[in-house]
Amino acid sequence: MTVTRSEYCVIACADAWRGGGEILASPMGLIPSVGARLARRTFSPDLLLTDGEAMLVRDDGTVEGWLPYRQHLALVTGGRRHVMMGASQIDRYGNQNISCIGDWARPTRQLLGVRGAPVNTLNNPTSYWVPRHSRRVFVEKVDMVCGVGYDRAAGARYHRIPRVVSDLGVFDFATPDHAMRLASLHPGVTVDQVRQATGFDPVIPDEVPYTREPTDQELELIREVLDPHNTRSREVGS
Amino acid sequence: MSDKTMSADEAVARLASGMTLGIGGWGSRRKPMALVHALLRSDVTDLTVVSCGGPDVGMLAAAGRIRKLVAPFVTLDSIPLEPHYRAARERGAFELMEIDEAMFMWGLRAAANRLPFLPVRAGIGSDVMRVNPGLRTVTSPYDDGETFVAMPALRLDAALVHLNRADRLGNAQYLGPDPYFDDLFCEAAGAAYVSCEQVVDTAELTKGAALQSLLVRRHTVTGVVEAPNGAHFTSCAPDYGRDEAAQKEYASTPWPEFAERHLKGTTP
Repeated sequence: MTVTRSEYCVIACADAWRGGGEILASPMGLIPSVGARLARRTFSPDLLLTDGEAMLVRDDGTVEGWLPYRQHLALVTGGRRHVMMGASQIDRYGNQNISCIGDWARPTRQLLGVRGAPVNTLNNPTSYWVPRHSRRVFVEKVDMVCGVGYDRAAGARYHRIPRVVSDLGVFDFATPDHAMRLASLHPGVTVDQVRQATGFDPVIPDEVPYTREPTDQELELIREVLDPHNTRSREVGS
Repeated sequence: MSDKTMSADEAVARLASGMTLGIGGWGSRRKPMALVHALLRSDVTDLTVVSCGGPDVGMLAAAGRIRKLVAPFVTLDSIPLEPHYRAARERGAFELMEIDEAMFMWGLRAAANRLPFLPVRAGIGSDVMRVNPGLRTVTSPYDDGETFVAMPALRLDAALVHLNRADRLGNAQYLGPDPYFDDLFCEAAGAAYVSCEQVVDTAELTKGAALQSLLVRRHTVTGVVEAPNGAHFTSCAPDYGRDEAAQKEYASTPWPEFAERHLKGTTP
């Protein structure tokens, strides 16, 4: 069976929570949600997951805890959480924007608002998910810094951006100045495609690996159990 | 002990233009819509609105009642972007204090505790500091020496919240999964108006529900408004979910037309 692009994205998102231990996995977006549940069922069984509202739930839906917004914020500041947020814009140092496009004082496009991005990025590992990699999203400079990037975090104690996953590949900041680096390409994607879809020059190593293949068990879980209606293909086509 | 029950219009009659008003709920969840509708029927305007915004913000913004908004986001949840809020922002209709969710909660906590500010590890390094030049920082007086945002108290003249049940004295109860910040809004406010699905006898509150569901205590409440379906079209679990069809109509109808259709008359 051919692995689809959306399934590579699920695998790349799931791997963000590998080795996390007993922390809350907070996925935002469809594919990160499937990824978090996949990680929970396979290599990271200690992860905590919510029902999307105020309950912590086990794989079978059994409620095992209560996490309303105010407790969720305490958990964020306690650091035992790895969130994967969306990004309307993101730059080479991982500054993220979900607030507005254009001049903040009078935006051309008002979006959601900063939400919890400032507190997240100073307190718990924060990764990003971008379902459509383009120059409109991967920009030289974001219009409003919501999530704090490496160049603006000034070495904040708990600041860490483990990875950015897009429909083209996986990116990290494992460079001397923490500039965004292409860490892996999803099979079927070329380095040139990434360059053309990115509004800045990402660091591209001489040898770029491909995003890993799912195991047979993982593929079966994704297709039969976690996302049987293939909603993932609506977020990322093949 | 006094009976605090009143109508939505009586509650709103106690509000005045220029006030700072906190509105409970979260996004398109448990918003005190009956009270917001009453506000829209009144001539109260020039408001500073403090809210984890949903259609409350969208409606008040569309109706031109907001001078300044304090919020970390505005959303309809199942419709991520609030169209009437967006339109108002894009035409520069009001001032905005855009802050992080944690800053927002700490601001309410500071007000509830009569503190001028609380330190919060959020905002530093982000453009929240750029767009709010009035925000100050504070350095830990201890060995760590870390710098925090000194989140100013969000003191409210009045709070509007909606809960599932209340007694006539102002003890109010939520039966859904999340208290949101509703009790904090009441504690941070000089006056609080609690609408509820049902007014019940005090003893009835704990007959079938846990003590911990008694979220709001009467000493923080000024008025109790019985408003069945009073959060509609937002959700009020477990009494009802969000009315997606009604929300979609709201989001896709030009404001004057929507207001003409739904905000007439004296009762919501």
